[in-house]
Amino acid sequence: MEFILQPWPWYVSGPIIAIIMFLLLYFGKTFGMSSNLRTLCAIGGAGKHAEFFKFDWKSQRWNLVVVLGAILGGFIAHYFLSNPIDMDLSEATVKDLNELGFNNVGQSLLPPELFSWDAVFSLKGILILVIGGFLVGFGTRYAGGCTSGHAITGLSSLQLPSLIAVVGFFLGGLIMIHLIFPILF
Amino acid sequence: MGKYIKFFIVGIFFGIVLVKSEAVSWYRIFEMFKFQSFHMYGIIGTAVGTGVILLLISKQKKIQTTEGTTLRVPLKERGFTRYIIGGTIFGLGWALSGACPGPMYILIGTGAFSIIIVIAAALLGTYVYGLLKDKLPH
Repeated sequence: MEFILQPWPWYVSGPIIAIIMFLLLYFGKTFGMSSNLRTLCAIGGAGKHAEFFKFDWKSQRWNLVVVLGAILGGFIAHYFLSNPIDMDLSEATVKDLNELGFNNVGQSLLPPELFSWDAVFSLKGILILVIGGFLVGFGTRYAGGCTSGHAITGLSSLQLPSLIAVVGFFLGGLIMIHLIFPILF
Repeated sequence: MGKYIKFFIVGIFFGIVLVKSEAVSWYRIFEMFKFQSFHMYGIIGTAVGTGVILLLISKQKKIQTTEGTTLRVPLKERGFTRYIIGGTIFGLGWALSGACPGPMYILIGTGAFSIIIVIAAALLGTYVYGLLKDKLPH
């Protein structure tokens, strides 16, 4: 039990994620979390405005059930399977974030400087979350997948398009953290 | 209803492992793009490594899905432009919000309700892509 309550090391977590991908394939589906965004748009009536959302979203209900399970899983892990300890981030990361103005680094999953309600209701705070989310939603559909669909499933099946997409993920991430963050914070 | 229970259970495991591995944390994504820890690379690397092995075994053993079809991964369309541009846009957002689409939902369960703003914006981004799809280079 003690092992479960501690943060899980990468060599345990990675293989479990692969098993989750494999189980979904075994059930005749695929591992792709961003597809749910398209499904939710379709349910919301986006098909009236764009062909892209005219599809049989009911065939995607299983994936929305995965999402519901994932939310419950997050709840269980956070409230019942975790000891209240700080994250074991690298010292260099903590130092860099302190210099950018982030305090109490690693004491919660998300930095209060961006996700607390005080931050959310500031102009800069809401813009960061909205622009960040928008880019994720737009980019993932443009690229035809996200971390689950391209980085895990696509690379596991040795597909070149997924490798190109993952190179893009890192290109974008590196630009944001190394070039844009110093301007933002 | 019954046919959905297995997906619900898989989802629960997915949520638990992403929280317990801290992959849902904004800080871990920052650390990854700073190359200051092996943690996230270890997770993605062992996930892909295990995935390659599982898919090779299933191909060799010709494993059937529960639907009675041959287990296989759908092939992505060939191309370059959409993957590199779309991927880069995704990466910019991933690093800024610290969340990709799986963790976004999972974080709701951890009580971080402000992530719902990120989800709403991601839905808007998906919608705008749907409107512009035919005008974009793919």
